[in-house]
Order: sequence, then structure tokens, then C-alpha cells
Amino acid sequence: MAQRERSRGKAALYLVIRSVVPIVLALVVAGILMLTIGKNPIAFYTDVFNNGVLGGNWQASAVLMTPLLLVALGLVVVFRGQLWNLGYDGQFMLAGVFVAGLAPQMMTHYPVWAVWIGLTILAVIIGASWTLIPAWLKARYGTNEIITTLVMSSIGIGLTNILVQYFFQDPTVAEPTTGTMTTAQMLPNIPGTRIHIGFIVAIVAAVVLQFVISRTSFGLRLDIFGSSTKAARHVGINSTKMIFALFIISGGLIGLAAAMDIFGQWGYMRTNWNPAYGDMVVPFVFLARLSPLGCIPFIAFYSIFSTGGIIASQDSGLSSKFLLVIVALILIFMSITEYIGTKRDLGQSYLPDELKEVLRRPFDRIASQGARR
Amino acid sequence: MTNTESSPANGGVIRLHEITKAFPGVIANNKVSLELHNAQVHCLLGENGAGKSTLISILAGLQLPDSGTISVDGTPVFIGSPRMAKRLGIGVVHQHSTLVPGLTVLENLMLGEPGFRKREKLAIQRLEELSDLLGARILPKTPAAELGLGQQQQVEIAKAMWTGTRLLILDEPTSMLTPSAIDALGESLTRLTARGLGVVLITHKLREAYKMGDCVTVLRGGRNVAHLSVERMATMDEDSARAEILRAMFGDELADMDDLSEAEEISGATVARREVSRIDFSSAPVKLRLDSVTTGARSMDASITDISLEIRAGEILGIAGIDGHGQTGLAEVVAGQQNAFRGVIELNGADITRLGVRGRQAAGVRYVTDDRLHEGTVANLPVSINLMLKRIGEAPFWRAGQIDKKAVNKEAERLIEEYTIRTPSPATRVGTLSGGNIQKVLLARELGEGSQVVVVNKPTAGLDLKTVRMVHDVLRDFAAGGGSVLLISTEMDELIQLSHRIAVISRGSIVGMVPNDGPDTAERVGAFMIGGAEDGAA
Repeated sequence: MAQRERSRGKAALYLVIRSVVPIVLALVVAGILMLTIGKNPIAFYTDVFNNGVLGGNWQASAVLMTPLLLVALGLVVVFRGQLWNLGYDGQFMLAGVFVAGLAPQMMTHYPVWAVWIGLTILAVIIGASWTLIPAWLKARYGTNEIITTLVMSSIGIGLTNILVQYFFQDPTVAEPTTGTMTTAQMLPNIPGTRIHIGFIVAIVAAVVLQFVISRTSFGLRLDIFGSSTKAARHVGINSTKMIFALFIISGGLIGLAAAMDIFGQWGYMRTNWNPAYGDMVVPFVFLARLSPLGCIPFIAFYSIFSTGGIIASQDSGLSSKFLLVIVALILIFMSITEYIGTKRDLGQSYLPDELKEVLRRPFDRIASQGARR
Repeated sequence: MTNTESSPANGGVIRLHEITKAFPGVIANNKVSLELHNAQVHCLLGENGAGKSTLISILAGLQLPDSGTISVDGTPVFIGSPRMAKRLGIGVVHQHSTLVPGLTVLENLMLGEPGFRKREKLAIQRLEELSDLLGARILPKTPAAELGLGQQQQVEIAKAMWTGTRLLILDEPTSMLTPSAIDALGESLTRLTARGLGVVLITHKLREAYKMGDCVTVLRGGRNVAHLSVERMATMDEDSARAEILRAMFGDELADMDDLSEAEEISGATVARREVSRIDFSSAPVKLRLDSVTTGARSMDASITDISLEIRAGEILGIAGIDGHGQTGLAEVVAGQQNAFRGVIELNGADITRLGVRGRQAAGVRYVTDDRLHEGTVANLPVSINLMLKRIGEAPFWRAGQIDKKAVNKEAERLIEEYTIRTPSPATRVGTLSGGNIQKVLLARELGEGSQVVVVNKPTAGLDLKTVRMVHDVLRDFAAGGGSVLLISTEMDELIQLSHRIAVISRGSIVGMVPNDGPDTAERVGAFMIGGAEDGAA
């Protein structure tokens, strides 16, 4: 018994190592990159920490974390089913533009809280509905959902810009933007902080999703579906229903992210604005092993890194795109760690035979000469 | 790719020295040493789980040993990948077909070839050489999907030898073959060893080991327990060799059996006989009826045409046939995993054609699939959940959508005990269990509460002899209790031991029905198989 617990603890530790190592390596290599272009990585990372955590800056990180976490949850659901919804940008923007476009007008007629609830529901519906065509094509014809969601995403982004310019344009300003909500019309803050209550919504959503996945029959069916479509068919899981359900939940959560972000942080939307939250969270969703609660620390890390990193990169004269370099490095090291981990699990050797042969040859020669003597 | 490369020198030897390989909870190979000489057929005998497959995957570069060395002609080698194994001239014919069905024979053979350009002419020439060597006619442009089973195997062997093999490993090659195809295989092997090739033949059937092998090594529990050298094999007669091998295979367990004959029977040393009791066909009610059922699937294995059959209460109906001739389609259409395009399926006289998998499950139709690992179980889920896979969401295991882990575990523990599933705990991931125990998980799940008709597809493929026996007993008991069994199998022995009647399936249709009532059943079934399928035996 004790042994089993120890080995389970060992397995958990191993999982943590496998998830954290890519981040550490990426930070180290990014540091080397900084050195080569004459920047001080220690100063940069200290600056990131100062601006992302200290002096109340952690609250700004939490605000950024809200949409990131909700988008991440939306991806966790579909990814667990081995479906790849990469149309998160279109789903997010389209849901967001309706919130930003309709809220200022509606709030003059209806109570603010009713508009919050009403438009949040609308955003969820829009986010979800933008996944319906890919879901249908996947279920009916087996069309690759990566392509269809990406196409739908482009269309959604284009549509968003058209909507801002021609339907939701604020007549009082010259630039193409929607009307702007006043501070009182936006989501209230958690008392004593500068964090809006959308943050709580995101955390609750993570907890609920964790419960659904680990404790309910739906969660179990989802895992069976994701593990093997053959087993799912054998057990009698209706793959069409499952595909639709997963896409709708995914799109809905991304729509929710948009509502919380517009209501909580921005209060308006303009053309050619695209935060591209999904691109940032994809690697962390995988590092969290598609666990909703597991996403929280990783997304928190990225939020801090992003909040502090934008200021830090300005301070040190780096492009803010340097953050993307670090995300890319995390992806690369994640792939390598996974490759080695999988090989380890299979009990195979890490290096190609040819390389090992070359390395062995001189020793073999020495050994055989020694034997001859 | 020339002849000089591919014909190995006589007297060469691949030596495995004290190979040890452990997996969590089991030592698969414990200091196994073997010498594989060229120009010999080396039989590797042992039950499933004895460590044969592990040893082979180490030789094939699929796995690394924890300790021990391998040397080729005295030079130590390190086989860390299949490519390295290939370079050393070790070719493996796996138990399962590795041919890509959509490609032609030639394309399949050329798959692993290095280089950028397709050199078809050279390849055709090489295939002709190999065809002569194997004594089989292999048409290069035939799609692999259209090959009969015996031909398929010849192509697999050709594929293993493609890059100039000095050692050919055949993993359980005979289980699916008809008697004449087994003879053909034996002839091919003789021709190969005459050319100086070394052959490792893995089997659990004693009579084949004696017939084809020059020497025999017996593995049990990961250890090398007996070796009959070429010289000893030559001096022993069949009976004394058989007795010695049986003692090695079963060890102390032999004392628990009544006499040698039981061990002989379960190790396939003797010819199979019918073992089920007679049922009265006139009084037993019809449980399951298929009336001209046709499916519209694309692959040959999954589609059936115009199948009508009846299974009565207490009956085991065997389905014989060459693998891939619609067996999967028949099983799936009964289980509800595939829709019947035409025709009617009735259970106890009630039409169930429109019911889905879950509806039929509830009505008492169960399906033990042949794809235990990917279809029947979800490897990364625990044993307990896998036992409940078809009852997800049902009370009392799920309440208001939420799982009651206590109830699930209690039921799982009951089934684990009833079916003697060997698992560290109900929470163990099912993928870590042995094949036999995974099969027990499936049987426990499908034959439980309310089961009336069960479709079993190749229920004993790849199982150790004791589990085979247990599976047979479970199926016989199920039928004796009034249940009906549709037994799909490619093991002739099994069909004869268990079935009341045997139907022969070919190209998705039933081509004959043989009552299992005499010593000539196998031949009559074989006649239908040969008549129905285009020269499957090559």
C-alpha cells in the first residue's frame, strides 16, 4: 500500500517535472538570446516580476487572466475529445462585438445588471453558434475541423470589423469604434481590489468544469470518446451528439470569455483589435495536461509574465513580440520533453542508433585492441 | 539489395545472453539466453505471458533489455530501433497483419525502402526471387486487401525478408491457417533454412513445434526452462519429446491436472473434439434471428450480404471463415454498432433492428469484441470504470449524473473476484493488465446481469492456455444456462470444441452450415472455406 502511494507520488512529481521543465528551459534559452543581443536577462526577469506581481501589479495580471483562463477552459473541453477548435479568435471577437456594440445603447433603456446577464448569455450563444458549421461538417463528413474552424475564424474576424464600422459605430467619434461603457456600466470590482468579478466567474467555471470532467457520466463519456472513437462506438456513444456538444461548450466558454473581458476590462471595441488570447494559451493548456484546475497556475504564470513583460520589454528596449518568442520556445521544449518522456515510457533509447554506433565505435576498437594484447 | 548480401553464411549465430526485461509488476524476461543458429528452425514454445513476445520485441528493436547482451557472430550489437534490427538482417512477421490494405503487394514491400526514387523494376525482380524461395506465387500488383490469408502471410514473410534477412522471426503464424496452409508454410520454412536462413518460430501449439522445429526452447514465467537441442530432438521420438516439453511448459501445475492428457489437450498437442453437450433443437426457442441482413459498409471485413441465421436458447453457433471476410460486420450488426441496410434482426421474436448499441445492451444483446485493447477497453481508464463502461450513467452507480465511486468499486470488486481478474486494485489502469486479464474484464462486463445473446469475436486469440480454458468454460456455462452464443473464431480447434453447429462465412455471406456431429466436421468446414474463398491457402 505504502509502496503504491509512493509510486503514485513519484508519478505526480514526474508529471510536474514534465510540465515545468519546458518553461524553465524556455526562460533559460530566452535569457541566452537576450545576452546575445546585449540585454541583461536577470534585469529583465526581475523587471517582469516587479511589474507583474509586486506593488499591486498582480491585480492587473488577474484581470488579464480572466479571458485567458476562460478561453483555455473552452479549449480543454474540445481537446479532451481530440477535436481541435482553433477558431477561438473568430468566436471571441464576434461574441465580443455584440457585447460592446449593444451594451451602451441597451444600458440607457434597461437596468445595468439585466444587460450584463442578457448580453453575457447572447455572447455565449454567439460563440457557440460560430462552431456549428465546423461541428456539422466534422460529424457528417469527417471534414478536418482544424481547417474549418480556422476559416470560420477568419470570417468571424472580418465580420467583426464590418459590424463595428457599419452597425455599432459610435457616431460621436471619428475612428471606427463602438460606443464606450462608463465605469459604472462595467462589471464591479471584487471589494478591496482592482479585479472585476469576471475573475470569479472564470475560477468558478474552472471548478465546475473540473467537476464535470472528473465526476459525471458526461465527463467519462467525453474521456472515452477522446481516448478512442472505436471504444466510444462500442459503448454506444453517439459521436454526432458528442461532437456538437463539445464544440458548443467550447464556443460558449470562449463567448463567455469575450463577455467578461469586454464588460470587465475594455468597455468598447474598435476595428483591427484582436487580443488573440487563444494563441497564448494553447501551449499552457497542453502543459496543464488538459486539466481545468491545472490550467490555473499555468495561465496565472503567463498572465504575470505578460503583464510584467510588456513593461519590462519597453524598459529594456526589447520588442513586446519577444514574449511570443518565449511562448514559442516553451512549445519547442514541450515537444522535446514529450518526445523524451514518451520514449522513456516505452522503455526505448533516447538517441538514434546511428549516433550511438558512432559514439561506441572508438571504445569498441580500444576494447578489442586491449583484448588482443 | 544483392543476393550475396541476403544469403547469410552457414554457421552464423545470434546469441542472446542473460536478457532481462522487467515491466511494472512483472519480470517478462529473466536472464534468458538463446542461441539462434543459421539454417535452423528454432521453436520458441510457451504460454502467452511466458515472455516470448518481449524477447522478440527486444530482438526486433522495439524494446531495450534492462540487462544482458546480444551478439551477432561474436560481435556485440546494440539493437535500439527496428531500423537497426533490419540492418542486422532480423526480420519479423508479426502476429497481426502489417500490410496496408489499400496498397498493392509491391508497394507494401517497398514501404520501408530507403532512397528517394521508386525502383520498381528492381523490386519486381527481387519479389520473383523471393517467390521462388518461398514456393509461392505472389502477384506484385494485387491489392493487399484482396489476398487470401495464406497469401497474406507469404507476403508478410517476403516483407520481413525484403532487405536481406539472416534471421526470420514468425510470431504465432499458424493460429489462423487451415491445415493445408500450415503444411505450405512448413515447406516454405524448409526451403528457407536450406538456403542458410535462421528461423525462429513462436507458437503455443506443441504438435507444430515438433513437426517444424529443429530445436525447441520452452519459456515459462519469463525464464528459459528447457531446451531440446538439435541432437536431442533427433534421438527422441515424438512421445518422449512431447512429455518433456509438457513438463517444462506446465511444471508443477502438471501435478494438479488429472494426467498428461489434460495438459496435452490444452496445449494443442492432440486433435480437437467436440466438448459441448447436445441440445434439443426442436424444443429450444429461437433467441436471435437474422433475416436477410445486409450492411452497407465499405471494407470487406465490415460488410455482410444477405445473412440469415437462427440461434436457439442454449446453443453455441460457430462462425468459421478466413479472417476479414465479414466477421466484424456480422458481429457489429448484431451488437448494433452498424445499421442493417436491409433485413430484420429479432430477439425473442421482437424486432430490434432499430435499436442502437445501448438499447440492445439493455435488451440483453452483448458483444465481446476481438479488438480488446482499442475497442473493448479504454487503456488509460481504471479496471473498475472499464467494467462499468456499458452502464455509464445508470443507477446505482451514477446518481443525478454524479458517479458513486463506492458503488462502482464494490461492483468492480465483485466482478474481479467472480472472474478471477488478476489486478493490483480496481483503480489500476486496464492497459497495464495482461491480455488474458483484459479479456476477463470484457467477459465479466458482457456476460453479467440480463445477458441473453452474446457475440464473441475471436475470444481466445493471444491468450495463455489456462485463460483459454477459462474462456471456454465461461462460454459453455453461459450456454448451459440458456444463453445463446455466436462464436466467431479463426481457430478451427476452438470451433469444434465449443459449437453445436458451425456456419462458414465467406465474402460477407454464409456459404454453408455444418452440424458439429462427427469426426469429419473440420474437413467439411474446410471444404466450404476453400470452395467459398478464392484460394486462401495459396
